[in-house]
Amino acid sequence: MKEIINLPVSNIEEEEYHINMGPQHPSTHGVLRLLVSLQGEMVRSLKPHCGYIHRGIEKMCEKDTYPQVIHLTDRIDYLSAHINNHAVCLLVEKALEVDVPERVRYIRTIMDELARIQSHQLWWSSFGMDLGGLTCFFYGLRDREMILDIWEETTGSRFLQSYNCPGGVMQDIHPNFQKKVHAFLKTFKKKIKDYDRILSGNVIFENRSQGVGILSKEDAISYGVTGPSGRGSGWSCDVRKTEPYSMYGKVQFNEVLRYECDTYSRYMVRMQEMHESMNIIEQLIDNIPEGEHSAKMKAVIKLPAGEYFQRVESARGELGLFVVSDGNKTPYRMKFRTPSFSNLSVLDHISRGMKIADLVAIGASLDLVIPDIDR
Amino acid sequence: MNSFFKYFSDIFHGVKSLLIGMSVTGRYFFSPGQIVTQQYPENRKNLQMFERFKGEVIMLHDGNNQHRCNGCGICENNCPNGSIEVIPAKITGEDGKSKRVIDKHIYHLGMCTFCGLCVKNCPSNALGFGQEFEHAVFDRSKLTKVLNQPGSSIIKGVE
Amino acid sequence: MTFNIYDFTSFNRWIDEGLNSFMSPTWALITEMAIIGIVFLLFYAVVGLFLVYAERKVCAFMQNRVGPNRVGPYGIFQTIADFIKLLMKELVYIKDSDKLLFNLAPFIVIIASFMALSAVPFAKGLHAIDFDIGILYVIAVSSLGVVGILLAGWSSNNKYSLIGAMRSGAQIVSYELSVGLSLLTIIVLAGTMQFSEIVEMQRNGWFIFKGHIPAIIAFIVFLVASTAETNRGPFDLAEAESELTAGFHTEYSGIKFAFFFLAEYMNMFLVASIAATVFWGGWMPFHVSGWAGFNTIMDYIPPFIWYIGKTAFIIWLMMLFKWTFPRLRIDQLLTLEWKYLLPINLVNILFMAFLVLMHWHF
Repeated sequence: MKEIINLPVSNIEEEEYHINMGPQHPSTHGVLRLLVSLQGEMVRSLKPHCGYIHRGIEKMCEKDTYPQVIHLTDRIDYLSAHINNHAVCLLVEKALEVDVPERVRYIRTIMDELARIQSHQLWWSSFGMDLGGLTCFFYGLRDREMILDIWEETTGSRFLQSYNCPGGVMQDIHPNFQKKVHAFLKTFKKKIKDYDRILSGNVIFENRSQGVGILSKEDAISYGVTGPSGRGSGWSCDVRKTEPYSMYGKVQFNEVLRYECDTYSRYMVRMQEMHESMNIIEQLIDNIPEGEHSAKMKAVIKLPAGEYFQRVESARGELGLFVVSDGNKTPYRMKFRTPSFSNLSVLDHISRGMKIADLVAIGASLDLVIPDIDR
Repeated sequence: MNSFFKYFSDIFHGVKSLLIGMSVTGRYFFSPGQIVTQQYPENRKNLQMFERFKGEVIMLHDGNNQHRCNGCGICENNCPNGSIEVIPAKITGEDGKSKRVIDKHIYHLGMCTFCGLCVKNCPSNALGFGQEFEHAVFDRSKLTKVLNQPGSSIIKGVE
Repeated sequence: MTFNIYDFTSFNRWIDEGLNSFMSPTWALITEMAIIGIVFLLFYAVVGLFLVYAERKVCAFMQNRVGPNRVGPYGIFQTIADFIKLLMKELVYIKDSDKLLFNLAPFIVIIASFMALSAVPFAKGLHAIDFDIGILYVIAVSSLGVVGILLAGWSSNNKYSLIGAMRSGAQIVSYELSVGLSLLTIIVLAGTMQFSEIVEMQRNGWFIFKGHIPAIIAFIVFLVASTAETNRGPFDLAEAESELTAGFHTEYSGIKFAFFFLAEYMNMFLVASIAATVFWGGWMPFHVSGWAGFNTIMDYIPPFIWYIGKTAFIIWLMMLFKWTFPRLRIDQLLTLEWKYLLPINLVNILFMAFLVLMHWHF
């Protein structure tokens, strides 16, 4: 690998050629465009071009009131919509010093973990699909359907729920909620063994992922690669542990860390995180306290003038939310630090010298959601 | 010699892992009872959506074609996308005072993101979510709906 | 007219004599060739369309889905509808493409698989041509298809296509070796390359049982190598859709794409036929020497059914491969061939030769 990277420049320019992966490409999962310089099958360098799905969400937030902002945060990282909503709500509640009822914390934590599981399920599906195992895609989607049904029953929507609102949640959980979550946990614990049988233990998969896309801990920190991708490099960066919010301080769970730093370790971190999330849900689901599903809030929410920051652990990494308020009912400036954007920035660094097929595997292992990059 | 054994143990473990994978797909192949696909247009008759399902925003009418909307416009203010337009009208009541009622409650389904703020914030619970989900139309203008039914009036006592 | 479902030799002779009785021998030969050509074209189309349908159904069941179910009962006319759609689609002209080669490539692919089909014995007496070097002919002709794939990739003026074609070239050149050597293992046991004789020799036991261990190893190697040779998953690097969008046929549309598509499935059918014929006795019923009663019952099942059953099973296995495994990388693909399959194969041939020498086979 090293010799190829260090070849004299003049020599390379003759043999180098560029291909566009995206904006319409099966493995970029959206409208991301990667301008890849290739030498044969070897990736020399790549340049991500973002902006194909830029909707100006940060600017749109400036004209919306705080409860209205929430439905836009759904659409940043649509796979962890609950978690994004949660960030806004936590920020508003922190700024207004509102104490939300215990029941709300429980519900939000359970919903967050369900979102994490379904996000990882979809990631697993598309990971398998990117590596050529199309059956994985359908198994993942099949099991994800149960979570979507749970959500549809409680929140009314399957995908973009807008379930959180400042002070609580939009409506109380459905009476069937606990029963259905238990049923899901029981089923999924069986089905996740299939995931291991069909992909994790497979010799082809191991060869495709082990030693591919080495991201050292130092690089992960300097590029800001958070979430499961960063933890796959041994960087303890779980916001749920470092700055516990909602119920995370009170439940027992392990921060999954692996030290191989390659695609395989990022894969295994997510697989184990699904187990950990199920573990968290199991601790909470039977103990949801009785009470109101929302704290009393004023009809018009105005944040005191100042700057506020809140971070949460979304399914892809650390979601930071920075708000400047001038005391009005709309934010003066709203800035999202989205995990996928930082995770994308490292793609060039770790895929140099790898093959095109590896680039696809690395891209899948970073679990990029394109609207999360462009916002 | 060690690498010689490793060569064969690699083959053995590789083949074993492949067979395990094939057993999963093979098992599903022979268990058609596990098929999860719903036959959508065929099951339309007994397709039951969840009661909270957000199909579209509707105005709840009772049997006498009466609703609870007094045209206050809170839903319009709360909508992030401007998909609701409330056109109020003034009528003179029996006691001679002029009174604010709804003329047209216009709902642009094409712009709605189903955030639920209008339904949640309605002070008189006049709005709700309908179960209809087959919204496809050939003309975008058909997505603009008037929610209060023609000839409907407000329920007495909710003004 | 002596039509016998168990033996087509007399039926063929009846046609031959009938034609010769009112034509000169040259014209009779030409007529026969035309008839065979039309029959094979029909067979080719029907089997190709059915296999596309079967693949979609099989993968659907593996993925807990129903699969095509709208056109006709159980969706059996789905592929015909798709085919009509492809016929009516526009053939897109690609800017700066090599027009001649671009148009030629699908025909080369389809002709290669068509030619190889002619040597396959479908039942007793039911084959177009019975070469005495049948296996050699099939190996030689079936590897012509790669020329078409290379041409398609080269002439498309598309970098994805080019990468796909180059991958395919490296892949087929390597795996051709394993296919040949694994068939050679059986040739050592059989002592002939003629398909009809190979089938006839399996009257008292299929080669996979006669040659026991080396034959089973050869069968597995053949199955892996031929899956790779037909560009099917997990070896579908040439058209790896998540990496190269569609690889060598990215720029093809309409009926030209359909040719590639059909050829892929016919290659699969062909490879399964060869495997069934060489290892599993082709149209020969399952016989156990000594069990006369059992053998007679087995003989009642027509040879054509036996042949189709075995072929279908092997096709199902190949579909199971495709819908279970992730795709290999190009260097791993070559590693698998040159470091694992080829040495195993060479040792296996030696083993088989020793076996035949010592008469340890059944």
